[in-house]
Amino acid sequence: MSNNPNETKYVEVPGPGKIPERDKDKRPVLEASHLGIDFGGLTAVDEFNIAIGATEIGGLIGPNGAGKTTVFNLLTKVYQPTRGVIMLDGKDTHGMNTTQANQAGIARTFQNIRLFDKLTVEENVKIGLHNSIGYHLPSAVLRLPGYWKEEKKAHDKALELLDIFDMADLADVKASSLPYGAQRRLEIVRALATNPKVLLLDEPAAGMNPSETEELMNNIRKIRDTFNIAVLLIEHDMKLVMGICENIIVLNFGKIIAKGTPIEIQNNPKVIEAYLGSQGEE
Amino acid sequence: MLNYLISGISLGSVYAIIALGYTMVYGIAKMLNFAHGDVIMVGGYAAFCAGTYFGWPAPVAVVFSMCICTILGILIEKLAYKPLRNATSLAVLITAIGVSYFLQNMALIIWTSNPKAFPNMANFIPSIIVGDITISSTTIITIIASVIIMIALTLFTSKTKMGKAMRAVSEDKGAAQLMGINVNATISTTFAIGSGLAAIAGVLLCSAYPNLVPTTGSMPGIKAFTAAVLGGIGSIPGAMLGGILLGVLEKFAQAYISTQLSDAIVFAALIIVLIVKPSGLLGKKIQEKV
Repeated sequence: MSNNPNETKYVEVPGPGKIPERDKDKRPVLEASHLGIDFGGLTAVDEFNIAIGATEIGGLIGPNGAGKTTVFNLLTKVYQPTRGVIMLDGKDTHGMNTTQANQAGIARTFQNIRLFDKLTVEENVKIGLHNSIGYHLPSAVLRLPGYWKEEKKAHDKALELLDIFDMADLADVKASSLPYGAQRRLEIVRALATNPKVLLLDEPAAGMNPSETEELMNNIRKIRDTFNIAVLLIEHDMKLVMGICENIIVLNFGKIIAKGTPIEIQNNPKVIEAYLGSQGEE
Repeated sequence: MLNYLISGISLGSVYAIIALGYTMVYGIAKMLNFAHGDVIMVGGYAAFCAGTYFGWPAPVAVVFSMCICTILGILIEKLAYKPLRNATSLAVLITAIGVSYFLQNMALIIWTSNPKAFPNMANFIPSIIVGDITISSTTIITIIASVIIMIALTLFTSKTKMGKAMRAVSEDKGAAQLMGINVNATISTTFAIGSGLAAIAGVLLCSAYPNLVPTTGSMPGIKAFTAAVLGGIGSIPGAMLGGILLGVLEKFAQAYISTQLSDAIVFAALIIVLIVKPSGLLGKKIQEKV
């Protein structure tokens, strides 16, 4: 797969938007149509239509307060939408709770890191693996062979996932004592452990220095290529967004004002206006 | 002196087992299950019925009592607390007190207020006599049982996936849910374990003080809650330490100060500890984010 998002070729899909050409034989993994939510009388998100290809890296950008995290909360079912449909891997997520949405294939990280601080790095990853560890209470209490086998499998899997970010040697460290950048990486690993089909990253590069951001970009691509999953990320670091996102969605006041490739977005007058304010106003 | 210490540790071990139930439920569901003490009473009656009416041997009676309490615990959670998952903590607290009175009154209807003489179910090993000190078999069994329970619980929470899920839920319910953890099932498991332990505590308590009435559970329940707070609520070793300290303190107060004042002294100790260390002896400080 190409590393330069501007070289990606696109195909139109029926419904909202376009997806990379390489994913054209697969159904878009995440589709939202006419998605919207009101809080009391306030419409936070409205007419949100997207399609994310099976191995696409998408970006969701917009000024502060545009509703980006609200969209993530809708997609992961933290909020139930007021209007619209979310199809996740071909399944309608209507009526699902967050646990069910996760099991259906969506996982996320958080803008303000929400690791389990009192657990070790490995234990945090194992929480993500929870549903793929196949033993039940009796075999755990009686320490039957099934328990040891599954715990060993979980341990190996956790270390394998941590290795993506070269964090295997930190497995026994308490999550709270990790440096900030490592905590952000651990959140990604924990989300990956739930075996998602779409990974939502909420400001993954926040607080990272340029070289860490560079490394993160490579790692996001590596995750996409290794696990063959889609990634949708919210980010303010334009170098990262323009560097890896194949499709960018620009949100302002809860509505999509532009969609397209990095080059299209950079030259879109509406986007420039949303970020800089229209001329003559100042 | 040593005699009082031993009987204090024995009583304290029972408090500790009860306190473990309080502390686990508080740690995971962030609620005070004031009906916990009455589950102990039900456990006592269940074992009593199994032993006296059905004539079952003690181990079978204990297992029977544990099953009854586990089911009761899950039912209480499902019917009374689950609908209030997003309610204010005050509403949940009042409900818990309601459940407590409900259980006491049900017991009053079923078993009447006449005290039942509980058969000792914890005397299957010989007593130990060292010089002029006698350690009764009930005491030995109680202490051993509480140590085993604490080790098993510690292993359970640190080494199994359900235990880890519990710790994750206790830290951040929302994030755990988004990682695919079934929070409701985790809370149910917690209630099941806590109530199963309450049955054991009920049998041990009634074996030592064989006078079973519908209010048997309420005072030990409150004492054990005190023990959990004293040790730092939410902490398993804290519940153990708090329970034993409280038991010893109570016995010494009875022996050297006044039998009538012993409860007052125990609660005064709690107040003093909370003034000096508000999070309890082994409790973790909660930092408020600003």
